[in-house]
Amino acid sequence: MYSYNEFDEAFVRARVAQFTHQVERRIDGSLTEEEFRPLRLMNGLYLQLHAYMLRVAIPYGTLNPHQMRQLAFIADSWDKGYGHFTTRQNIQFNWPKLPDVPKMLSALADVGMHAIQTSGNCVRNVTSDHFAGAAVDEIEDPRPYAELLRQWSTDHPEFQFLPRKFKIAITGAPNDRAVTKAHDIGLRMVKNAAGETGFEVIVGGGLGRTPMVGMVVREFLPIEDLLPYVEAVLSVYNTLGRRDNKYKARIKITLHETGKEEISRMVEERFAELRPLFGGNDQKLLADIREAFATPAFRNAPTDAYDAFYKADPVFRAWADTNLTQHRNDQYAIVTISLKAHGQTPGDATSDQMRVMADLAETYGHNELRISHEQNVILPHVHKGDLPAVHAALVKAGLGTANVGLISDIIACPGMDYCALATARSIPVAQEIATRFDALKLEHDIGPLKIKISGCINACGHHHVGHIGILGLDRAGVENYQITLGGDGTETAVIGERAGPGFAYDEIVPAIERLVQAYLEHREGPEETFLEAYRRLGLQPFKAALYPAEGNKDAA
Amino acid sequence: MARFTPKVVTANALLEGDVVYLTADNRWSRVHEEAELITEAEYGDQRLAFAAAQKNVIVGAYLADAKAGQNGPEPTHFREVFRTRGPSNYFHGKQAELN
Repeated sequence: MYSYNEFDEAFVRARVAQFTHQVERRIDGSLTEEEFRPLRLMNGLYLQLHAYMLRVAIPYGTLNPHQMRQLAFIADSWDKGYGHFTTRQNIQFNWPKLPDVPKMLSALADVGMHAIQTSGNCVRNVTSDHFAGAAVDEIEDPRPYAELLRQWSTDHPEFQFLPRKFKIAITGAPNDRAVTKAHDIGLRMVKNAAGETGFEVIVGGGLGRTPMVGMVVREFLPIEDLLPYVEAVLSVYNTLGRRDNKYKARIKITLHETGKEEISRMVEERFAELRPLFGGNDQKLLADIREAFATPAFRNAPTDAYDAFYKADPVFRAWADTNLTQHRNDQYAIVTISLKAHGQTPGDATSDQMRVMADLAETYGHNELRISHEQNVILPHVHKGDLPAVHAALVKAGLGTANVGLISDIIACPGMDYCALATARSIPVAQEIATRFDALKLEHDIGPLKIKISGCINACGHHHVGHIGILGLDRAGVENYQITLGGDGTETAVIGERAGPGFAYDEIVPAIERLVQAYLEHREGPEETFLEAYRRLGLQPFKAALYPAEGNKDAA
Repeated sequence: MARFTPKVVTANALLEGDVVYLTADNRWSRVHEEAELITEAEYGDQRLAFAAAQKNVIVGAYLADAKAGQNGPEPTHFREVFRTRGPSNYFHGKQAELN
């Protein structure tokens, strides 16, 4: 994977030094909060409900073991011994104290990491397929392009004060695991009729208060045109995007207000101006970056141990069935480590668990770790012969939960347990749903089902694209939860449909249970998933289950 | 004129980020019940202005609804209740530190 060059290193160190002085000046009173706030946000430091929160970028979700151990060290030294992995493949520390933050940033710089551009109206961490470089369906590893975009967007002078934040996601596979259609720019690698590789460029997707599936503005963008084209999109947005109304400032609104045709015309016009200015340097850089993402030297060895364990050990088999994904090398597997143990906080890992995962990546995983937007950790390259040992170590560390893709593999934002913007809690709802269905022993029978929970309309928990989405709101001073159904975050992206009136905190888990029971009753068989059943049946049977007292009356 | 809902002045401490409340004797307490309960709008504005001026001690002062309780003011909105104790998924924050 990519390591910092001298330029990256010097830039990050300079920023740490700069922010260290800014913190000092805030503490001694030379800077007011009004002056300091934009500076701390530029460095990923938020002030939340109970404490500060430091959001650290994990570029396209890729980490090496050394970095993971450093995150554990930071959690132990200046936080409460754990970290929270987010839906943007980042990590958040929930309890830093202001005077300690420079030390945390310095410790991050020691391993080629930072918290720059994890807040503010700039280009945020570029996210990607967490199976990149290992997936069997992939055209090409998208991470060199993600890294190119990271370098280009970091401290880009033109794009530090955009109308609003800007999120880019990139995938190299036709099966979209990076939710590209719900990003400001989504890039999907495709082949054209001539067999050349390029990108389908999707613009104007996003969740939040105005959820929208993005529109394709360019069906085929040659690979070498990536930076000038993305810069053209940003440039047009920077000019047209509304700065008068925060709620209308994202590019999705610009796109809808201006029209896809006109925006596309302006982008192409700007692109024609920008293209010659790049002069090939970006391609030289890309060639260097590509080398850093060379395929690991895969081992050629028997996989008998795996086959034997799979036959003999039902616990291992259950885990293998849910948590493993086919690797492009048939002796290997992609391991998804669930951070969703029943009853635990989705996406949280203790420092001990981080160290175990780092060790496993080092011993068995070609030194690679990934964070998924679904808040799990991935070992992308594990030889099948090593899987029994990996599984045993994970179980010992409380990381062996066999539930990936199932009802308890829930995305949940921090909600009102931490977030200053939240209108209701989301973590305890996720914990209770997981605990309840674990007690019912129904999880594996229910099969693939994505529940996604957000604690406010900003939708960090991606509820709009959950098969079942839950949105926590404040209704007249009481927590209230709205359900959306039929959402889909993949290449067939759909925004879920609101089922009807919301539920109180103590009613939401029983409501989800009724919903799932209705699915089990109505499905054609275990092979028909919840989403398929919903698409076949529509809202009505699920609505009837959610609002039994309403009878035939329209509950909406 | 609409009846005034009693309030307390609350903020976050600059260094720790912890939730703090303004007391009647101009201290910042970590305990909600030690807060001064404000029952008059104009006085509330004065106290908020006093709090907001302490820029090197606290961040983001605001007036939060409260009511009189047995041991002092109590929060009325659930968000403010959470702020008095910390998150629900771990025994962290005030619930751990104040006892």
